[in-house]
Amino acid sequence: MDPRALKKDFPIFEAHPELVFLDSAASSQKPRSVIHALARFYESAYANVHRSSYRLSEAATEAYEAARETLARFLGAQDPREVVFVRNATEGVNLLAHALGGRVGPGDTILVTEMEHHANLVPWQQLAVHTGARIRAVPVTEEGRLDLSAFDQLLAEGPKIVALAHMSNVLGTINPVAEMAKKAKEAGAIVVVDGAQAAPHLPVNVAELGADFYVTSGHKMLGPTGASALWGRLALWRELPPFLTGGGMIERVELEASTFTEPPARFEAGTPPFAEAVALAEAARYLEAVGRDAVLAHDQALTRRALEGLKTIPDLEVFGPEGPDRGGVVSFAFPGLHAHDLATFLAEKQIAVRAGHHCAQPLHQKLGVPATTRASFYLYNTEEDVDRLVEAVAEARRFFKDWIA
Amino acid sequence: MGILEELYQELVLTRYKAPKKRGTLPDPTHTGGGKNPACGDQVELYLKVEDGKIAAARYQGEGCAVSQASADLLAEAVEGKTVAEALELAKKFKAMVVEGRPPAPELGDLAALAGVAKLPSRVKCATLAWHALEEALGEGV
Repeated sequence: MDPRALKKDFPIFEAHPELVFLDSAASSQKPRSVIHALARFYESAYANVHRSSYRLSEAATEAYEAARETLARFLGAQDPREVVFVRNATEGVNLLAHALGGRVGPGDTILVTEMEHHANLVPWQQLAVHTGARIRAVPVTEEGRLDLSAFDQLLAEGPKIVALAHMSNVLGTINPVAEMAKKAKEAGAIVVVDGAQAAPHLPVNVAELGADFYVTSGHKMLGPTGASALWGRLALWRELPPFLTGGGMIERVELEASTFTEPPARFEAGTPPFAEAVALAEAARYLEAVGRDAVLAHDQALTRRALEGLKTIPDLEVFGPEGPDRGGVVSFAFPGLHAHDLATFLAEKQIAVRAGHHCAQPLHQKLGVPATTRASFYLYNTEEDVDRLVEAVAEARRFFKDWIA
Repeated sequence: MGILEELYQELVLTRYKAPKKRGTLPDPTHTGGGKNPACGDQVELYLKVEDGKIAAARYQGEGCAVSQASADLLAEAVEGKTVAEALELAKKFKAMVVEGRPPAPELGDLAALAGVAKLPSRVKCATLAWHALEEALGEGV
């Protein structure tokens, strides 16, 4: 895989040739093929889906359902009906927390981890508030991995739901989801995996992972904003009540009561983001063509280079594990220098990184820092990008030297 | 002078590292607080107002250099001012960092933060303590 060649597929880098974009964990850039798929659909194929009998609407419906098939294949799903299109990963988790609400009662445990993004934590907290359940969390070790022996002990409490990230958006840790899902299922839990960071970067096969639900974020995997695939086991989808209700998800409506249609439509109330889903399918094809094994190997090579470089900078604290379970996210901090001041320095060097708590406040409390600066890598990043980051962080240390404790 | 040198000049740096007004008051008459949820910066402001004048001002908080230096310079600047003068100063400060106007003479040392106006993502860091001041003095935000 040649990132320099792939970079030419992304028009943003023509518009901003100097840009060192290291913020793909927040949202990725889009290849021309995805942008064109979106524009082409709006220009020449647009009409509402599942509504009408004229040809344009039928073709739009076919394109939308073909996108579902593509995303099912992309995730290793057995049946396209297992894929529900939602707006984003946050909506995906909220849908599940709502639909699974009937399975949780007072005193029950919902098990999460300390490294969850708020999107895979706050909806479960809300479910706990409404049902009287309690939240327990798998601790994160010093190295930035999940404490698996603590996980085993927590499973003994018989959690009804286990919700965990496939890959941490702060530490880059790739969690042993297959092993954890197997144990959690044996303990009787429903397993929800937040794949927002994993699906864009590593091969994901839901059949092999063995979880019950897998949440993704379309805009983080080269797709447009507004459409994301949420995978779930068909048998479970069939049992669950809807989240949003209204048009498109009903079977029969009377003035005082309604019945609901089969999945996936039951979970797609209202006009869905079908144009965006069609473009998301194009993004999935792009990633399949590059090969997610190659993307992961590339991300990991850049991460190793970044870790090696950053480790040579005095005072800099770099978070996250080292090894094959580390994806392309590197968070770091200078003691005494706030993450935003460092990010502003990098921004003036045309290096786009993110600073803050990255929607993972509990993890930052654990790390003992209010905020970190985060660089994240993707298929269009080069070794030069990494080197420019390392040089600029070293320069920042010289610039702010009197501040760094 | 580059934007980094302009923003992170000696005065801002010094006030961040060695603040003059950080702390609390035993008997504040007015308090106000502010948070930037996106970045976690926070400032809590304590004022002692006597006969319409701010006799003492202190703050506590955590965050970036811009938010904390701004709070420290604010506390120093408003001490001895009437409530009306302090609120007028807040308007002038915001005109400088939000609208990019040249610093009004009354701003004194606060002019050190003028460079923030060129960095839209950091404006809210500089204004955090000033919103706390307006809240404390009942002007809302």
